[in-house]
Amino acid sequence: MTITGRKRLLCTAGAGLLIFLPALAGFGGEPFMVSLFSRILIYAIAAVSLDLLLGFGAMVSLGHAAFFGVGAYVVAILAFHASQGAPPDAGLLSLAGTNNALIAWPLAVMVSALVACVIGALSLRTSGIHFIMITLAFAQMLFYFFDSLQAYGGDDGLSIWRRNDLAGLDLADDTTFYYVCLTSLGIFLLLCRRLVQSRFGMVIRGCAQNEQRMRALGFPTYRYKLLCFAIAGAGAGLAGALIANQTEYVSPSLLHWTRSGELLVMVILGGMGTLIGPVFGAMTLLLGEDVLAMFTEHWQLYLGPFLVLIVLTTRRGVYGLLIGRGGHGD
Amino acid sequence: MLLLLEQIFNGLQLGVMLFLMAAGLTLVFGIMRLINLAHGSMYMLGAFVAATVTEASGSFLLGLLAALPAAAAVGWLIEALVLRHLYARDHLDQVLATFGLLLFFNALVQILWGRQPLFMDVPAVLAGSVELIPGVPYPAFRLAIIVTGLLVAGALYFLISHTRLGMQIRASASNREMAEAIGINTPMLYSLVFALGAALAGLAGSMAAPILAVESGMGESILIETFVVIVIGGLGSIRGAFLGALLVGLVDTLARAFLPTLLRSLLPAAAADGAGASLASMSIYMLMAAVLLWRPRGLFPAPA
Repeated sequence: MTITGRKRLLCTAGAGLLIFLPALAGFGGEPFMVSLFSRILIYAIAAVSLDLLLGFGAMVSLGHAAFFGVGAYVVAILAFHASQGAPPDAGLLSLAGTNNALIAWPLAVMVSALVACVIGALSLRTSGIHFIMITLAFAQMLFYFFDSLQAYGGDDGLSIWRRNDLAGLDLADDTTFYYVCLTSLGIFLLLCRRLVQSRFGMVIRGCAQNEQRMRALGFPTYRYKLLCFAIAGAGAGLAGALIANQTEYVSPSLLHWTRSGELLVMVILGGMGTLIGPVFGAMTLLLGEDVLAMFTEHWQLYLGPFLVLIVLTTRRGVYGLLIGRGGHGD
Repeated sequence: MLLLLEQIFNGLQLGVMLFLMAAGLTLVFGIMRLINLAHGSMYMLGAFVAATVTEASGSFLLGLLAALPAAAAVGWLIEALVLRHLYARDHLDQVLATFGLLLFFNALVQILWGRQPLFMDVPAVLAGSVELIPGVPYPAFRLAIIVTGLLVAGALYFLISHTRLGMQIRASASNREMAEAIGINTPMLYSLVFALGAALAGLAGSMAAPILAVESGMGESILIETFVVIVIGGLGSIRGAFLGALLVGLVDTLARAFLPTLLRSLLPAAAADGAGASLASMSIYMLMAAVLLWRPRGLFPAPA
């Protein structure tokens, strides 16, 4: 079978599994799988957004979890205001709260995109290891910022009383929420695919290969990269909004650099530069953690060397292994 | 005034601790171009070994003497098994592989020593305070840390600039191929440099053990601060690591000590405390961002 054929088979099989998962879970008597897979889908969205940066733009960001956390906190803060009113000295943030997903989620996306714009504007003046470090620094800054917000729980985090209302759908039902996550992932993947195959995507990929050449051709590379950074941040913000609903709890640990590390792992494990790869990466990592945790509480002991092995031996991650790529991808 | 002096000393103490971590990390990056997220794990291992041996033998010195070779040995091992294959890879692969090592060591420590943090007493001989400046008693142990750090800094400086080994290290840092061409045994040199860096991290860990809780994951917070130090100081530069470490140590300590109080004159008390605490914890990251935007190669970069 050709690579394209294998790709199609794999993606169809994967999509089929995901679409029929709640039914399969019900059949197998493991309803918790639905919420596990909701989590996988949410992290997949965040990982795909990081792949835009990493796989296509060659911008290694160790601070992507910051946008994930910002999105989650926007939803959580709005829900908190809705149920308990704004805290007395909130000042600028004394918005009326809302539990309406159609307001909270786009707001989360916009705030994350804005934060990404600011961070990107400053970080993209550097490159290489300095870019990695400065994105890390900004993420840590945001982590400490949310950690210090005593009004919103500080490092204890903030609980949400219930999930948002999405146009009459009952998101408290795990299956409905699962399909909302699946639809979001599907839409986001389609958007990213269109983006990557557009002129914008070509410029970004060109910048990854040789930025000087792109500048010589007349493209304002800084602006393109900044826009890419903002879009990636927006995607992570959407994932954050969903995770706040899924766990009904947010805490600063969502922004910690080790979370960014996990996202990086999902992208690279799954296969960067492929968009679908990170979905497999998220699945592999989170399922792997869960499966290993059944056997031993020290699953990190095995995950660590497994990561090292994957890095040392494969070029395109798990996705690449499955479809049989080696060496130069197409 | 006395509080200021005491906090300056605390800042120096944090600074030399950061320097011990940063020296190894910056050497490894400067020579081998390797980002090593597992450096914090050497710190953690040093602390655990020191705590265990001190507990078993009753002697802090013995604990220290056990921790250094233990950290160096583990460092040598991971260099030979894993890191050697990463020198040619791009930074992303290095981040991922060393992140894997970090997870592995966190879990290993939990298996070998359990999940409860270990506590280690300050050695009796250093348990009191010393009045360096009349009226300012300062814990003797912290003073010992400062002195040790400065001695190590001096020794490193001597090693790098006045010995043959140091010359080879500098040569490999500026031009690896040329150094190999003139006969320097670069693989052996890399292993040595890495083991040295690991030993320094282990030393930092063993000295931090009586002051902090010795637990799995303790390396992560200091690792981040160490990265901030070497970026501010300049990657590959020991002088940069030293000055950067002192700067970061002082800024962090003084900000945490005085920012809430300073802000009280501008904001109401509760808001000032909250904002002060959050700004203080963000202070070194803001410093790093500012330095990177002003001097992208760091304040004291190694000559290119």
